Amino acid sequence: MFNETVLKTIFGRLSFESFPIHEPILLVTFAGVVVLGLAIVGAITKYKLWGYLWTEWFTSVDHKKIGIMYIILGIIMLLRGFADAVMMRTQQALSFGANEGYLNAHHYDQIFTAHGTIMIFFVAIPLVVGLINYVMPLQIGARDVAFPFLNNFSFWLTVAGALLVMVSLFVGEFSRAGWLNYVPVSNLQNSPDTGPDYYLWALQIAGIGTTLSGINMVVTIIKMRAPGMTMMKLPVFCWTALCSNVLVIAIFPILTAAFTMLMLDRYLGFNFFTNDLGGNPMMYWNLVWIWGHPEVYVLILPIFGVYSEITSTFTGKRLFGYSSMVYATVVITILSFLVWLHHFFTMGSGASVNSFFGIATMVISIPTGAKIFNWLFTMYRGQIRFELPMQWVVAFLLTFVVGGMTGVMLAIPPADFVLHNSLFLVAHFHNVIIGGVVFGLFAGIDYWFPKAFGFKLDPFWGRIHFWGWVIGYWVAWTPMYVAGLMGVTRRLRHLDDATLQPLFVIAAIGVAIIAVGIAAFIIQIVVSIINRDKLRVGDDPWNGRTLEWATSSPPPAYNFAFTPVVHDLDAWHDMKERGSKVPDSGFLPIHMPRNTGTGVILSGLAAVLGFAMVWYIWWLAGLSFVAMIGYGIFHTFNYNRDYHIPAEDVAETERKHALAGA
Amino acid sequence: MPTHPAPLTRLARLALIPLLLCVAGCQGAVLDPAGDIALQQRNLIYASVGLMLLIILPVMILTVVFAWRYRAGNKEATYDPHFDHSTSLELIIWSAPLLIIIALGALTWSSTHLLDPFRPLNRISATKAVDPKQKPLLVQVVSLDWKWLFIYPEFGIATVNELALPVDRQVRFDMTSTNMMNTFYAPTMAGMVYTMPGMRSTLHAVLNRQGDYEGMSANYSGAGFSYMRFKLRGLDDAAFTRWVGEVKGRGAALDTANYLKLEKPSEQVPVMHFGSVAPALFQRIYERCVTPNTPCMSEIMARDNAAGGGGEPNPMQAGEGMPAGRQSIPRGKPEGGLMKDTDEITPVPHNSKPRLPGAPGSTDPGSPRNRDLTFLSQPATPGQPRAAHG
Repeated sequence: MFNETVLKTIFGRLSFESFPIHEPILLVTFAGVVVLGLAIVGAITKYKLWGYLWTEWFTSVDHKKIGIMYIILGIIMLLRGFADAVMMRTQQALSFGANEGYLNAHHYDQIFTAHGTIMIFFVAIPLVVGLINYVMPLQIGARDVAFPFLNNFSFWLTVAGALLVMVSLFVGEFSRAGWLNYVPVSNLQNSPDTGPDYYLWALQIAGIGTTLSGINMVVTIIKMRAPGMTMMKLPVFCWTALCSNVLVIAIFPILTAAFTMLMLDRYLGFNFFTNDLGGNPMMYWNLVWIWGHPEVYVLILPIFGVYSEITSTFTGKRLFGYSSMVYATVVITILSFLVWLHHFFTMGSGASVNSFFGIATMVISIPTGAKIFNWLFTMYRGQIRFELPMQWVVAFLLTFVVGGMTGVMLAIPPADFVLHNSLFLVAHFHNVIIGGVVFGLFAGIDYWFPKAFGFKLDPFWGRIHFWGWVIGYWVAWTPMYVAGLMGVTRRLRHLDDATLQPLFVIAAIGVAIIAVGIAAFIIQIVVSIINRDKLRVGDDPWNGRTLEWATSSPPPAYNFAFTPVVHDLDAWHDMKERGSKVPDSGFLPIHMPRNTGTGVILSGLAAVLGFAMVWYIWWLAGLSFVAMIGYGIFHTFNYNRDYHIPAEDVAETERKHALAGA
Repeated sequence: MPTHPAPLTRLARLALIPLLLCVAGCQGAVLDPAGDIALQQRNLIYASVGLMLLIILPVMILTVVFAWRYRAGNKEATYDPHFDHSTSLELIIWSAPLLIIIALGALTWSSTHLLDPFRPLNRISATKAVDPKQKPLLVQVVSLDWKWLFIYPEFGIATVNELALPVDRQVRFDMTSTNMMNTFYAPTMAGMVYTMPGMRSTLHAVLNRQGDYEGMSANYSGAGFSYMRFKLRGLDDAAFTRWVGEVKGRGAALDTANYLKLEKPSEQVPVMHFGSVAPALFQRIYERCVTPNTPCMSEIMARDNAAGGGGEPNPMQAGEGMPAGRQSIPRGKPEGGLMKDTDEITPVPHNSKPRLPGAPGSTDPGSPRNRDLTFLSQPATPGQPRAAHG
């Protein structure tokens, strides 16, 4: 007979009943995950890939491999987030009048919370960070980022956060308080369960990763540009990445602080955000939105950069209005700090305060509008090749302007009073996030895939992917705009008015079309890998203009055998014009950072710490925390941090590549 | 690589979808309001869309035209790889949106002030001025978990989930909440405003058309949120007076004990009428002192003020210095996780664990009793009594 106190000391508040043994949906999902997981683990073991994965990928400090791993993480989490979206849409399409649908409030509320959290923190951020990681150092002619180990560590912290969110699916449950974990719903009093704790620990760990990554990228762009690359010769993508990461450094500490305060409330009985004893939930809303609004620019600015690079390449022209593009980006960066209150005009601020934040929001549409015009006039008098990336750009332009317009409508406080928290608002931010960020991420993946792997993505499945998303987006979200204008609000599990049902059925059909697009995306990648020899292309398949195309595709570990010297904005285009040749002799040894498993180990310990804290397993939390600190100190005594690639090896690599190209 | 005339079909579809949907019914509450405030808000939406279309439409048309005309396959189009700067064009690019935003900004400034929810109305409808002799009808709104309480101090009555209003009379809503943050939203009457615990917010509005409408909470507030709706009835003066009489004659009393029962979480609550209301109930709700022997916020602040502001820093116990018997913490406040002794840690069962009595389980898998549709009672936390079903 076990003593209950002993059990609680060992397992905290975790018990057999904490597992969702009564929830058939989760049991089936769990069975599927186990089968798939065992298959993958089995395959890796059978083909003896563990060593390869560990030495070549998990411990790698190469920015290119880390970038690819970020993108793989983003795609995996996209599947999870999209599964949540399908469940929500199905529930809303069914649940009218007497029909309660198939999800109870608990399950449904967790699903919409998890959907938002995952899509922003574990899909959009990893994909954007992944693209920046891969492309930016190549574009500035650098051999790696400024702090290669930190880069690996940041990635694995993000994975640790994602892991905690996934664990919450099968052990205990996730938050039900919306994607920003709003108080008072997430106060200890209203959610004494594990949900908000999972949320807080997952996002704190991942958030530290994102902050460190932001510092890394800013330092890289400031300090490691190729000779001759002045700030006004910096490719637009790097400019937008710079602004985005400056924002990251400025805003993520605010989020970390807000979450820390909520943790203090939940773990130590503080009263920052409680209803009583002097706490104030409104403060939490202010803090998370001071993070939250600039966050959307963290995501969209680099994507604006992607669109700029693609438009310029596929029109065969320099970008129209480069300097005004740069100024527009900087202006958006600064203004993004002055608008957070527009997320709660209806909270009772005075008319003058509301007007200020409303007008500040509208002002952002001026530089954004200028950007749109710049892309338009880049197309003007160009020779536009409608390859996949360029198709995404046109779809983006036509979709995004509608989202911009509805955004300005929401920025007018009295109009916001009727549209706030409605499906119109939800449709607006999906319009700008899907039509802006997601389209751009796919454009970027289609565009830079041949850079990373040396072969193009299959165009047939790419086109199905494209049309699935574009048609699916419009079919899914136009009805939601209409529903919002009919006074339907968000996060409803059940609706009484059956006349609204057709709208939600159409939206569900739209999601099915998007599902076709996502399936086509996965098939596209698989088919392309199978047919890689047929799809193989040269180093510069799109007739690119920036430095990443100046090296081989895929690039060697050291990126550039000789650091390029930059004379013009579109540096690679300029080199091609002037017919400059890469030297084939005179190689020098190249100084490189050495791989390390520290990032994986520290992040693994962080995930254990988070899990232990969620379940009140104090001994394990203490142990993993001490281990983390200890291992961190131990790592500082690791002096074997770097090595040199001998000049002969560089010469050999370059010679082989020259032969293959000839 | 063949060129793709995709944008044209896309634009056609874009125009078609909303059109088709509007056939199904575009007479929604926001676009066809029954109240003057909502009407002005709708007109503002129309005006701003019109202004923005001035620039959005040309951009969309130019996108399609440029994409089509400058496709690589079109040998007739000019190709000018060096066209990357034009000062005059860039002036237009920046100034066109700027002009639109100046116009919209002016509209925003004036309309935000005119339609400020704190501001008493300056007209009943487009054709009717406010009668200066008539006081606005005061309705006190409280959002509870998960239902609406409306108190009419003028008549000493209260209702749950039913809001009746006389048409063409200005109404002032004073709003607060007991626990969660909600928004009070009757789309046909006026825009939404948050209701918050420990806060009082205000909305002025008027209903111009008789009829039955829907109101709701628009801000997610937990398990019972979907059903947190109320009936909004627009009545003429005679019918309203009759309705008040009926509520007064029939309803039970909303005294402190009844209110504390009502306050417990419950959902899908039917309409309730109360013929009398405890004195200053709304005041005590938003000062968080309905429960006997809890200090009101204003008392705490007055005491702090008397002590020289800020009160004694140590011990930081709410109600410290209050008359005897009032030292309790306002509500059963759960202890933070790290502050608990091992014995106090309660294992957290998964929420899908069946709670309804007599769930048939595997003998009848389809039975709705196998799962709770929502989760009304909160898991017991040490130091806090288990909340009962409302």
